Amino acid sequence: MRDLSLHILDIVQNSIQANASAVTVHLGENSEIKRLVLEIVDNGVGMDNDFLIKVEDPFITSRTTRKIGLGIPLLKESALKCEGKFDIYSKKNIGTKVFAAFSINHIDRLPIGDISDTMITIISANPDIRFILLLDSVKGEFKLDTEEINLTLNGVNINEFAVLQWLKEYIDEGVKNIFGGVLNEVDS
Amino acid sequence: MKSIAELDEIRKKTQEQISLRSNTDGIRVIVGMATCGIAAGARPVMKAFMEEISKRNLQNVTVSMTGCVGVCRLEPVVEIMEKDGSRVTYVKMTAEKAARVVAEHIVNGKVCIDMTIGAAEEKK
Repeated sequence: MRDLSLHILDIVQNSIQANASAVTVHLGENSEIKRLVLEIVDNGVGMDNDFLIKVEDPFITSRTTRKIGLGIPLLKESALKCEGKFDIYSKKNIGTKVFAAFSINHIDRLPIGDISDTMITIISANPDIRFILLLDSVKGEFKLDTEEINLTLNGVNINEFAVLQWLKEYIDEGVKNIFGGVLNEVDS
Repeated sequence: MKSIAELDEIRKKTQEQISLRSNTDGIRVIVGMATCGIAAGARPVMKAFMEEISKRNLQNVTVSMTGCVGVCRLEPVVEIMEKDGSRVTYVKMTAEKAARVVAEHIVNGKVCIDMTIGAAEEKK
């Protein structure tokens, strides 16, 4: 994957596949240890311990079209190659949390990429799932909750193009406000 | 600064437009969005479909996504499902090709044969 936003898009697909009704994507800066932390939390079907142990293996997957599953191994690789961390927690019938940390100033850290494109892609294709995007750094916090957006929209579908366009600009502004100057790929 | 008030404006505007629409089932555009598709560039393809459809103000065309369909080497894969349930599978898509599919297939009903999975398999 070229950037973090594509990894997020990929991992969220797992949540959708697991019948989650709410997915939280949290991207935050830990300024003390200069790490960028990514957490994707869902309330899907989860995994039992047997599967959880094997899930980081690329030759393990729940899909039936092929015998390999690369989403999680690729994210793990991206985190570990920049002296980061990777972890995955899951409880059957409760949900799953994927955790990855990246050393911000490491030369191999992936850029965050187009977070807003990823969000509007998953929101438009899954209007019935509640998505929460949280961004934070020393500069502050940004939160987008599609449930709140739906309340404001009052019956208008969230995947109307004008709404998605607004969401994209809203998220772009959030990324700029929170990560501008904090991550060197984001202009302040 | 973007504000929720703006969103309320959008709501009012779209609400007026929606009332003009019919509710018949239309064409579905399905983009393969698994690891293989994403790595091959499915996100810009899906975005191109959404933009092109909105630009042409096409009603009753929906864009959605699916998982891996099993032909990872031909990703990004896009399926167009017609009203009658028949489907055409396009392979190795790009944003430019997406614009062509919208113009030729979705608007004018002419399948772009050269980009289908059948054409890709014959070339082998």
